[in-house]
Amino acid sequence: MATPTREEILEKVQQTLVDALSVEADEVTENATLTGDLGAESIDFLDIVFRLEKAFNIKIPQEELIPRDILSNAEYVQNRKLNAAGLEALKKAMPHADLSAFEHDPDIDKISDVFTVGTIVNFVQSKLAAQG
Amino acid sequence: MRWIWIDRFEEFVPGRRATAIKSVSLAEEYLHDHVPGFPIMPASLLIEGMAQTAGILVGQARQFSEKVILAKIRRAKFYQLVGPGRQVRFKAIIDQLSDAAASTTGQIYCDGELVGEVDLVFSHIDQNLSGLDFPQENFVFTEQFMSLLKLYQGAGAERVRL
Repeated sequence: MATPTREEILEKVQQTLVDALSVEADEVTENATLTGDLGAESIDFLDIVFRLEKAFNIKIPQEELIPRDILSNAEYVQNRKLNAAGLEALKKAMPHADLSAFEHDPDIDKISDVFTVGTIVNFVQSKLAAQG
Repeated sequence: MRWIWIDRFEEFVPGRRATAIKSVSLAEEYLHDHVPGFPIMPASLLIEGMAQTAGILVGQARQFSEKVILAKIRRAKFYQLVGPGRQVRFKAIIDQLSDAAASTTGQIYCDGELVGEVDLVFSHIDQNLSGLDFPQENFVFTEQFMSLLKLYQGAGAERVRL
C-alpha cells in the first residue's frame, strides 16, 4: 500500500476531529489547537487516539503522543514547570510537536496547547513512515 | 432503590461482547416521575444500562484490575419509547481496548426491535489523569456489579467467574 501524502493524512485527521469533537470542518485548520480552538477535553484524547488508530490502521501507545513519564518526573519538573533537562527530554520524545512557544513558558499544565491539528498530522506521518 | 440498571447477563464472551437484560416494572419510581402520567424509561437510564453492560465487559477484559469509568458518549440514538412491562436487551461489543481506555458499540432491543444505539468510550482512570489520586480499592466494581457475573449461567460461565 502506497504511503499517503501529507495532504491525504490531513484530510483524514480533519474528519477524525470533526467526528470526535463535533466541530465544523472549516474550524479544523493545521494551526488550530485541539484544546484551545477545538474545545477538546483530556477525555477526548482517548477517543481521538482510538479513532486515529482505526482510520490509519496504526497503534498509538499513550506515551508516544504525550510522554507523561517526563511530565511527572521529579527530576524534570519544578513548581509544575519543566527545567532545561526536561525540555531536552521532551523534544526528543515529541519530534512531531513544535515546542517553540511552550519553551518560553514550560508550564506542564499547558502541554496540551502544543497539540495542533498539524502536530497530529506530523505524528501520524511519522508512525506511517516507521511502519513502512 | 439501587443504582443498577441491568438485571441479568444473558451472554458474556470475555473481551468481546455481552448481552444483558432488564425488565422494566411500574414498581420503579423513576417511571412515574420522568413524564407524569406517561410512564417511560428515560433515555439517560437506557444509556446507563448500556454503560453498565459494556463497563463490566471492559472491566472483566482486564480481570477487574482497572477502574473503568464512562468517559464519553460517542453516539446515542433512540428510535422507540420503552415503557413498563417491556424487557430491554443491551448488546455491547468491545471495539477497541488499550492500557488507557476502551471503546464499545452497542444496540438496545425490545421484543426484537431496535430501540436505540449507544457507542461509548471508557477510561482506565489510574492510567490517565496523572497527578490525581484515587482510592486503592476498586470502587467501580462493587459487590453489586460483581454479583451479576456470579449469577451468570450462560455459555462460558466458568470463564467469567472470578
